[in-house]
Amino acid sequence: MMKLMGRVWRYGHDVNTDYIIPGRYMELTDPDEMATHVFEEHDPTFKDGVRNGDIVVGATNFGCGSSREHAPLALKHSGVGCVLAESFARIFYRNAINIGLPALECPGIHDAVSKGDTVEVDITGGVVRNLDTGIELCFNPLPPFMVEVLNAGGLVPYLNETEEW
Amino acid sequence: MSTVSEKILAQASGRGDAKAGEIVKARVDTAMMPDVTSVLAIEAMKKMGAAHVWDPDRVVIVLDHVAPPSSVNSARVHSVIRGFAKEQNLKHFYDVESGVCHQVLPEHGHVRPGTVVIGADSHTCTHGAFGAFATGVGSTDMGAVLARGKTWLRVPETIKVDINGSLGEHVYAKDVVLRVAKEIGVSGATYMALKYTGQTVSDLTVAGRMTLCNMAIEMGAKTGICQPDHKTHRWLRDHGVDDDESHPLPPDPDAQYRRTEELDVAGMQPQVACPHNVDNVKPVTEISGVEINQAFIGSCTNGRLEDLRQAHAILKGRQVHRDVRLLVVPASRGVYRAALEEGIIADLVDAGAVVSNPSCAACFGGYIGLLGPGERGIATSNRNFRGRQGSPEAEVYLSSAAVAAASALTGHITHPEEVA
Repeated sequence: MMKLMGRVWRYGHDVNTDYIIPGRYMELTDPDEMATHVFEEHDPTFKDGVRNGDIVVGATNFGCGSSREHAPLALKHSGVGCVLAESFARIFYRNAINIGLPALECPGIHDAVSKGDTVEVDITGGVVRNLDTGIELCFNPLPPFMVEVLNAGGLVPYLNETEEW
Repeated sequence: MSTVSEKILAQASGRGDAKAGEIVKARVDTAMMPDVTSVLAIEAMKKMGAAHVWDPDRVVIVLDHVAPPSSVNSARVHSVIRGFAKEQNLKHFYDVESGVCHQVLPEHGHVRPGTVVIGADSHTCTHGAFGAFATGVGSTDMGAVLARGKTWLRVPETIKVDINGSLGEHVYAKDVVLRVAKEIGVSGATYMALKYTGQTVSDLTVAGRMTLCNMAIEMGAKTGICQPDHKTHRWLRDHGVDDDESHPLPPDPDAQYRRTEELDVAGMQPQVACPHNVDNVKPVTEISGVEINQAFIGSCTNGRLEDLRQAHAILKGRQVHRDVRLLVVPASRGVYRAALEEGIIADLVDAGAVVSNPSCAACFGGYIGLLGPGERGIATSNRNFRGRQGSPEAEVYLSSAAVAAASALTGHITHPEEVA
């Protein structure tokens, strides 16, 4: 869980939750069904091309907009292993960690990768390596509390193991 | 030396103080869920091993996004939620006739100064208008609140937004907040609180302050917040809320702010956010003449009585342009009833408006009032992302109700003074 490797899908600034999954799919409650609509309009090639473990890269303010957990759920259930961005909108960030999808703030990541590159992410060590170019970037590892939530697999299993709250 | 947010979160987490950057576990006074995020939250709560919500008197559910249901699936979702409300003996369940959660909540006494309001909807920040610490979360976070009555929060730093100057004719709270968004940008306040102060904010109605706080999330903020005053207390009393006017936790004079954004709005024109970002804001005269196919007046941003009055003043006794469909959706049943009594609804219907039941309607592109490919809409709601209100090839402009109504009349984006 704490070391990941995958192919990059690279997007720009302000990738909002409507781009990730449009509002008309908010009535869905099955994450696998949500995944069939991920990036449907923003990048129609994504849902058929994505493979297990792939990594989505954004620039600043990734996941802005609505509080819909459908957005990280659709990404996770389409196979995405983690999301790397220069910065995240706060609700998306919480939601991603809460459902066990690593969301990592990594300054410089947007310019350090191209679509299709293979990158390796050391979540606890705070290092991203682009295996195609050799570029290596460091980022601030997640706060210990969030690492515990991710290690448990999300907030649901975390709270099942935690009396103190 | 604490900000209002620091004080409220210290109180809610039972600590002497809470400083920006610290993570606290805060007691939640009101937990709110709308229809579209409830089912996932209910599932999360049950998976956390909780058979019951922590306090059936503090959980509020509002069926508002797809109300009434527009598909078999949304009807199923509503049934599941109704069943949960009954099973849990929830005291505050608002069915499809009620309106948008962020209007329903304060109207029914679920928001008070100094309390913590957590909602499974991003525009929960609206309630900062009453001096509450109010923020949006996702469904799993909400599941944890339902199960345990608490949530973890990183105490935010605060940007003080000091707004001064008298608003000109045809200029309203929406114009002010769009201008603030232009200055701060769509991610300029990420993780932070926006504290709105200054003479302009004091002069605004409570409804206007709700518009300011509502759009804090559009700048990435965790919440927007205003200091409660005599207007706040009067509003609460007028809505039958048992408000004891308890001391509303003013910030300390030496509170630490990340920075202060100063804005002089004297002489400012009405503002419009152009496609496809909320900070792409221009004075209305710079884009007047852009033709529109639809005008939508409604939402938790601007579907209140004073917004409908703005539209009414412009449209009464006139006809909406033949190439424009005008959709008017009051934000709540209370607003709808008041607008009926004032004769606003009848005049808007005569002018050619489609008046729909209180709900989120066209704001989030869920069902009614969608835009087709190549169409352009002006809306009083809060987001103009590509595809937000239908086709990704449509364009959405955001404005006050006055600009939307004036534009509906002429068929193109119009300064209200041109049709006054």
